[in-house]
Amino acid sequence: MPLLRVNNLILHFRGVTALSDVSFEVRRGSLHAVIGPNGAGKTSLLNCISGVYRPQRGSVHFDGADVTKLSPAHRTKMGVARTFQNIALFRGMTVLDNLLIGRHVHQHEGVLSGGIYYGKARAEEIAHREVVEDIIDFLEIQHIRKKVVGTLAYGLQKRVELARALALEPRLLLLDEPMAGMNAEEKEDMARFILDINEDRGTTMIMIEHDMGVVMDVSHRVTVLSFGEKIADGTPEEVQGDPAVQEAYLGQVQG
Amino acid sequence: MRCGDFRESYAEDMSLFESPLPRVLLSGLLLFLLVLPQFATTYWLDVLNRICIAIIGAVGLNVVTGYTGLISLGTAAFLAVGGFATAAMAGKAGLPFVIVIPLSGLLTAMVGLVFGIPSLRLKGLYLAVATLAAHYIVEFTATHWDSMTGGVNGISIPPAQFAGLVLSDDRKMFYLIFPVTVGLLFFTKNLFRTKVGKAFVAIRDQDISAEVMGVNVFRYKLLSFAVSSFIVGVAGSLLAYQARIISPENFPITLAIDYLGMVIIGGLGSILGSIFGAIFITLLPEMLRLGTDALSNQWPALMQLVAPLKAGVFGLVVILFLIFEPDGMAARWNHIKAYWKLYPFSY
Ligand SMILES: Nc1ncnc2c1ncn2[C@@H]1O[C@H](COP(=O)(O)OP(=O)(O)OP(=O)(O)O)[C@@H](O)[C@H]1O
Ligand SMILES: [Mg+2]
Repeated sequence: MPLLRVNNLILHFRGVTALSDVSFEVRRGSLHAVIGPNGAGKTSLLNCISGVYRPQRGSVHFDGADVTKLSPAHRTKMGVARTFQNIALFRGMTVLDNLLIGRHVHQHEGVLSGGIYYGKARAEEIAHREVVEDIIDFLEIQHIRKKVVGTLAYGLQKRVELARALALEPRLLLLDEPMAGMNAEEKEDMARFILDINEDRGTTMIMIEHDMGVVMDVSHRVTVLSFGEKIADGTPEEVQGDPAVQEAYLGQVQG
Repeated sequence: MRCGDFRESYAEDMSLFESPLPRVLLSGLLLFLLVLPQFATTYWLDVLNRICIAIIGAVGLNVVTGYTGLISLGTAAFLAVGGFATAAMAGKAGLPFVIVIPLSGLLTAMVGLVFGIPSLRLKGLYLAVATLAAHYIVEFTATHWDSMTGGVNGISIPPAQFAGLVLSDDRKMFYLIFPVTVGLLFFTKNLFRTKVGKAFVAIRDQDISAEVMGVNVFRYKLLSFAVSSFIVGVAGSLLAYQARIISPENFPITLAIDYLGMVIIGGLGSILGSIFGAIFITLLPEMLRLGTDALSNQWPALMQLVAPLKAGVFGLVVILFLIFEPDGMAARWNHIKAYWKLYPFSY
């Protein structure tokens, strides 16, 4: 059984068709890229998977369960995590606090135990702090852990957002253009982290990315969208050689 | 001299106090406050108790407004619910305060939960108007439910008692109010370094992101209203015990605005700020009264000016803070602290 299966998704916005009849599946352990020209519906697809958008038709199955009608928070509890194209961190909080909120679904403290703190809640907070510190070490952001997120450079914020998603210990990680706006060195670091997450942690990933070089290098499978339709699906090599894909990309200025 | 610091374990890094010094200072302050009533006059004991109650109320309001970002004009109403619940339980039922105070809080929490429901759909100004409606519903109920609240005539409350102990004056009341205040302050401070409190702040900062991080925004907004109203309800309960007689007139909408002033002046989303704000707003009319008293020999007309002066100064101070220090007195305090921490190498 694939970890994720998307069936015949249809999503409209007042006349604009963002997705028309999109189906595809993501295998367990796969690093799956979604590509396509600007406005093709990539972000909309991710939003349908994480529950931020509700499709008018079609269904989303995660790990065998139909999650189409579940709230984003519910899907997160089931193991779906994501990052946003336009970073959506808690800007006023420190990096550490952002990551600790990533532990929310794994924590069991209530109002009472949290307010009393000493005892159960304290032990739990320390345990979660350790998990978060491992992620901080892994993504090499030790030096900024106490910094307020809003003050950080764009590339670092992208990395913090990835860290926050990782803190959820997801089974499916959705990344919306994780390297957009980064310089070559930052991109290289990010690509390395993404590969490590997939290989060492075994996390299944869907990654939207415009940089073809990166996509061809790291992904196992690629789904191509154009004007809300799936026009190709396969290994990087298959997709690259597909005439429909070449046409879609030649038909517009490369984004 | 304190110059920077470093920590050896996460537990240490997560502790409430940055270093041993504040802990010692705080213990000293608490001890001082504990013996203070032995030397204070009745007038100052009354003021001291009212400051403590205001601190509790301000912390409660800060939970929902400062930390969760949901504006509430319902503080006076929640104080009233706590107060009248106490009047009923302590007066009619003759229950001891150890039961009455928490029950008053719980009852207020339930009322707060109901009045928090609009927050699921409404934000900002619209939510403020919805809580304003809540205020008038409570006020109407308190005025017309004579058998329970005494209506416009008000209702008297017997002194707080428990197992033969009768807290008959302000000095004795202080030893109830003060520990409750300190306890609730620690409780709230802790709440915001654990799961629930962080979820509240996440909702304030970015509600979509919070939802995607698995925070059930719907549930946590209601929870925030419940926790906040519980704390305000406890303040209302203590207020009833201290005032010994309450009527709907004690809980006007201007009281709710006073509390909003406290958290704005003190600092939204800051426990310390709630304390500063509550002290400031409670002392303001007292200071004005002392000032006008002193001058009333020369200008007797001044005595009539205390109330409008209070309103004027209150408004002015809120506006000045909004313009010059939107993060409140707590932020100012942190600047000063940061400066001394690295003194004399402050740059
Ligand atoms: N919330 C929305 N309201 C209205 N229209 C929307 C909304 N979200 C997306 N759309 C429209 O749906 C279409 C697909 O947008 P989407 O953001 O999914 O594209 P994308 O492939 O992610 O593009 P990009 O590469 O620029 O990020 C676009 O025409 C867009 O204008
Ligand atoms: Mg997009």
